[in-house]
Amino acid sequence: MSAAKESGSVVGQEGGGLFDWFRKRFPWDQMMEDHVTGYYAPKNFNWWYVFGSLALLALVIQIVTGIWLTMSYKPSAEEAFHSVEYIMRDVEWGWLLRYMHSTGASMFFIVVYVHMFRALLYGSYQKPRELIWIFGMLIYLAMSAEAFFGYLLPWGQMSYWGAQVIVSLFGALPVIGEPLVEWIRGDYFISDVTLNRFFALHVIALPLVLLGLVVAHILALHEVGSNNPDGVEIKKYKGPDGKPLDGVPFHPFHTAKDVPAWVVFSLVFAAIVFFAPEMGGYFLEHANFEPADPLKTPDHIAPVWYFTPFYAILRAVPDKLGGVLAMGAAMFVLFLLPWLDRSPVRSIRYKGPLFKIALTLFVISFVMLGWLGLQPAIGVYTIMARVFMVIYFAFFLLMPIYSKMDRTKTPPDRITYHG
Amino acid sequence: MARRFPMLLLAVLLLAAPGFAAAAAALVPLQAANVDVGDQASLQRGARLYMNYCLGCHSLQYVRYNTLAEGLGLTEEQVTENLQFTGERPHDLILNAMPKADAAGWFGLAPPDLSLIARARGTDWVYTFLKSFYADPASRITGANNKVLAGTAMPHVLLELQGIQEAVYREEMTDDGTRHQVFERFELTTPGQFTPAEFDEAARDITAFLSWAAEPMQLQRQRLGIKVMLFLLILFVFSYLYYKELWKEVK
Repeated sequence: MSAAKESGSVVGQEGGGLFDWFRKRFPWDQMMEDHVTGYYAPKNFNWWYVFGSLALLALVIQIVTGIWLTMSYKPSAEEAFHSVEYIMRDVEWGWLLRYMHSTGASMFFIVVYVHMFRALLYGSYQKPRELIWIFGMLIYLAMSAEAFFGYLLPWGQMSYWGAQVIVSLFGALPVIGEPLVEWIRGDYFISDVTLNRFFALHVIALPLVLLGLVVAHILALHEVGSNNPDGVEIKKYKGPDGKPLDGVPFHPFHTAKDVPAWVVFSLVFAAIVFFAPEMGGYFLEHANFEPADPLKTPDHIAPVWYFTPFYAILRAVPDKLGGVLAMGAAMFVLFLLPWLDRSPVRSIRYKGPLFKIALTLFVISFVMLGWLGLQPAIGVYTIMARVFMVIYFAFFLLMPIYSKMDRTKTPPDRITYHG
Repeated sequence: MARRFPMLLLAVLLLAAPGFAAAAAALVPLQAANVDVGDQASLQRGARLYMNYCLGCHSLQYVRYNTLAEGLGLTEEQVTENLQFTGERPHDLILNAMPKADAAGWFGLAPPDLSLIARARGTDWVYTFLKSFYADPASRITGANNKVLAGTAMPHVLLELQGIQEAVYREEMTDDGTRHQVFERFELTTPGQFTPAEFDEAARDITAFLSWAAEPMQLQRQRLGIKVMLFLLILFVFSYLYYKELWKEVK
């Protein structure tokens, strides 16, 4: 807390010079104060709370490696596949950039899924944090689109046919379906035109949207303040200085806690990049080492792992349009979460057995759907996918009932510490 | 050692993925290739076989001769004398003179470039494919068929080394009472220049070479990885101690 005061007073004492000239024209020290050194976050954050800043790290890795990959990548059907191998073999450190980018995509999703799970654990989406959750969901949608567009760029077999399958889903919509699909592709099939526009969307449009949403997500968070594992408001008890008694400044305290977490994340990241960049075919699919061939459909088309829960739901419904709608609903229902949860308490620590059982079943069904999305849709797999799809939707749609009738415990007045 | 390290790490990550599932359905179980890309003698033998028997049809369009020299532990002169036959410069790509369109006419489809075959299909697939040619003059115009890639357009180019092997079938009865032929094993009917054990080694050497060609930087990648991981471990210790120190008074 002294850090905040210090930086303020130092600024005040500095009478002239370039720094003061700058400060009078741009309030950067006020911004630092508001969002970094003077933003009070709860003291009782546990390690689940590092995943937000890990997501930011993952985003930075994607942007920086992406910029350098763009310098050598050629977005044309004729050259794309060659240029990726050129990056891998002939560009100095190109292989490292490419593996960091491909690994980074998957790691970004892992981190964001854990970050979202943490929100479920501690009710971080509940009033007054509904907008933080909504912005977060929009980030998730934008990064899904970003990942989808990016996956076409290496122009391998799985790039091509994966895009073919996903884009054709829009064709299931009545009346506008087929014209819409043509409009997205810009052609009658996935072609050079499609690759070019996906490149534009991947390197300019969606990164801009993502950055804007991340700013909105953080501003909304800093407006209402962070939740914590107890789900109690730290703003309720303030010291004489007006600062929450149960909070510490984000910097240096939470940043110092985030750094070792960043290092552990980097260790996992490096282990994959340097020792298993294909991750057994899950991060880089084997079929993608063959150039795209519009005349040769691969035996088995599966999207990359981070889309497979939704892909499994798509295939679980026998009707194509029904499947597309179910997949859309599976994403959309997440947006409604703040209004589905009627529990008087936020944190899982004080919620009752019904919510705990529901959340456990939900996690199992999400993971199982993810696994099923990688398997061929035959026989018992389809039945399993239907069962888990029902559990997935039941978790949300029955939430207003079970969260209301659950036996909750009374949360403490102030934060507690666990280990 | 360097090869076991990644496996260990993966176990720690709990993300270890099961083996290969992408390869096209083979009629025979794939055999473990067990290649060692760190064994330069094996890579050199593999490269020599590749240049003599494969390159005529299958280019390595992403590999350069000087990359080859470096990866195989040879000088550029040695590569020029032993592995280069048509006067390319050291930085040239390993291409061949076969026109794609003509090749497509001769074989039914142009022979694919093999720079990435070991990553696309896996080393086990390549190894088993090389060993699974058998005489099938009745159905194939080249006289040879393959149990890994049924109906392959490729002739058995290693015939003089391996000799001719025939497929041996046994008859089996299915539940509904129909009889059908089940592939049992290969039988070498005409020996080649190599004994079966020598031929296995040759197939393994070619596979090792193709595995190297698919990712020439793989050993460099692993060596750098160990350094990066060590650095991060040390960084973790200090960053964690700093965090503990700073938070000592927070309660």
